[in-house]
Amino acid sequence: MWRKLYSLSSNLSSNLALSLGSNHFELFGLSPKFNIELATLESNFRKIQSESHPDRFVSASSAEKLQSMQLATHANEAYQILKNPANRAKYLLELQGIEAISETNTAMPLDFLMQQMEWRESLEDAKAAKDINALENLLREMQQEAKLLQSEIAVLIDQKQDYTSATDATRKLIFINKVVVDINKAIEQLEANL
Amino acid sequence: MAYSDKVLDHYENPRNVGTLDKNDPNVGTGMVGAPACGDVMKLMIKVNDAGIIEDAKFKTYGCGSAIASSSLVTEWLKGKTIDEAYAIKNSAIAEELALPPVKIHCSVLAEDAIKAAVADIKAKQLAKVSA
Repeated sequence: MWRKLYSLSSNLSSNLALSLGSNHFELFGLSPKFNIELATLESNFRKIQSESHPDRFVSASSAEKLQSMQLATHANEAYQILKNPANRAKYLLELQGIEAISETNTAMPLDFLMQQMEWRESLEDAKAAKDINALENLLREMQQEAKLLQSEIAVLIDQKQDYTSATDATRKLIFINKVVVDINKAIEQLEANL
Repeated sequence: MAYSDKVLDHYENPRNVGTLDKNDPNVGTGMVGAPACGDVMKLMIKVNDAGIIEDAKFKTYGCGSAIASSSLVTEWLKGKTIDEAYAIKNSAIAEELALPPVKIHCSVLAEDAIKAAVADIKAKQLAKVSA
């Protein structure tokens, strides 16, 4: 869609207004699904980045300069959200009016929280023992869990439109991502001290 | 972001870290989690036959404010009745620790953990009565 808009660049202001008002999927010419073509996301993002690059607006009016900058910023934010599976799922739920990680909702399935505690304890133990192998095993386990949740979310959102169950799965995925970040941090720290 | 002295104190010297016997009929467990920050909190309370909380332990994985919030409530809980415990509000925790607005959810987590632990002990007591 933006491709068409940009070919009519004589009317930049209204085109930009349209691009800025569109949702993140529309911006990159994608349908609003969890399973997206990552190559399309990537190439359309690069294209918008180059089309809205400040070098192209050196002699443009200040209003156009501002608008191209807004588009570049908007595209960058949208890209970061769509690229990451957990953020993408959270955003798809937002489009349905669902706030997946409301701060006042702390109820999670008990078995999942127990599992979280166990992962956290393994992480602490491996860190204390400076055991990189154990950390890497834990990391693989988490990545496996994340993969399972992602395929679950794809079915729930794209096929079943079961947004309630998709919200639960997304909350779990966000939790797991947090542990993954912490495991990677621990591995980096240990490797830096080798 | 700067932590208040009280948060730092609880974070560096957390009170009552640990677990109680979850199979003890007088022990209630509350587990809660906040996906926004990935924090998990486990709070355990031991209640005597008069309904007074004799002991409280916690285990929290999360930021300094989450650890401080849970550490603080374990101190507050001891000696309270379960109904008094249930009435503890997150705003009181946030005020005591001078939590900034972005960390208020940590006190919400602690309040929810108390409510979950109280609900667990009440369910256990009911089971005991009907057994």
